[in-house]
Amino acid sequence: MPHDAIHDHDHGSELNEMQRRVRALETVLAEKGYINPEALDKIVEAYEHRVGPHIGAKVVAHAWTDPAFKEALLADASQAVRALGVERTVGDHLIAVANTPETHNMIVCTLCSCYPWDLLGLPPVWYKSTAYRSRAVKEPRAVLADFNVTLPSDMKIRVWDSTAETRFMVVPQRPDGTDGWSEEQLAKLVTRDSMIGTGLPKAIDEVDT
Amino acid sequence: MNGVHDLGGMDGFGKVQPEPDDKPPFSEAWEGRVLAMTRALGAAGAWNIDVGRYGIERMTPHLYLSASYYQKWFLRNERLCLEKGMVTADELKAGHATTSAKSLSGSVLEPEDIARTLVRGSYGREASAPAAFKVGDRVRAKNINPKSHTRLPRFARGHVGVVERIQGCHVYPDAVVAEGHEDPQWLYTVVFYGQELWGPDSDPTLEVSIEAFEPYLEAA
Repeated sequence: MPHDAIHDHDHGSELNEMQRRVRALETVLAEKGYINPEALDKIVEAYEHRVGPHIGAKVVAHAWTDPAFKEALLADASQAVRALGVERTVGDHLIAVANTPETHNMIVCTLCSCYPWDLLGLPPVWYKSTAYRSRAVKEPRAVLADFNVTLPSDMKIRVWDSTAETRFMVVPQRPDGTDGWSEEQLAKLVTRDSMIGTGLPKAIDEVDT
Repeated sequence: MNGVHDLGGMDGFGKVQPEPDDKPPFSEAWEGRVLAMTRALGAAGAWNIDVGRYGIERMTPHLYLSASYYQKWFLRNERLCLEKGMVTADELKAGHATTSAKSLSGSVLEPEDIARTLVRGSYGREASAPAAFKVGDRVRAKNINPKSHTRLPRFARGHVGVVERIQGCHVYPDAVVAEGHEDPQWLYTVVFYGQELWGPDSDPTLEVSIEAFEPYLEAA
């Protein structure tokens, strides 16, 4: 049956096989009226150019400068982000968790690849990898070492496994030395990995402000 | 099902390979087509998210571990389209339609309307009964091993944790796949100490939470 395997050729012809099979399925689905290929073009364009971690970075930067917003974000992130009106509508069940001097948060999906797409775009390859999904819940400090992140040995590490339709994002700690920075400047410090919990915000000397 | 997808706590998969924030989301153009096709099929009502996940979980373990992410999505799409009679094997081989379409519950996704697939759906539902547990309750994740789809990871089963949050009443994935209806259930964030999950050698600073539906839990 065609769906049982991907034929084990060399790399080049494997790509050719995928291109051919994807085109065949898309063509048949379009000819039968299940999908409109022009809508597919628009979806690809959105994920390539519009939806990405810059949205989450704006939310974090706003939380760093507005304590009332941060409180609202931690209480109900879907509602708070909607009220902020960033670029597009966020879905339901978004939960923001804040790092503190005592606790570091990390997000994973051990069962598949659940990720806050609405705020961070598509997940990086490593987030979907067997290495991350297997290890994050058991040895998060070793995983953090793969990202060159070392945390104090007495800091609590809280790992959130996204096993339902709730989606999590981390609000990292605001870096020292950023008093008086604008939200636009602060957003440049917020990396994607810092909102997943495998990274920290950039140091202030790493960005042009 | 106790499938290879249930990876939490396994060893041997090597290091995590970080990547820059600005890496393009698709390394090959077909990957974008597969993602977009999946969204469009969801909008058309071909299958819901739980049935889609189960379609990937049912892959043979060696294929699950060797296929790339979007290869898995594609193989799932092909399989479910065939299983649901939306396409035939002959059509996929020929690359053209030769039979008439089945009617689906949704509507065809049009280019001007893609916003409805970019916003996540809502899975919250009216509760038919009060929540059985409250914040602070000690609960044990049941030792259950259903052959069908479940969202209770193996690493939590049999272990005792604490209810930290009540997330509302949500569509119950196990029932969607096994019984074809939503059967909404209360959803809780349950947090476990690392040493409860992994034994005395575990990192003493570790806490892990899962999102657990009420049928996964019993009082402890």
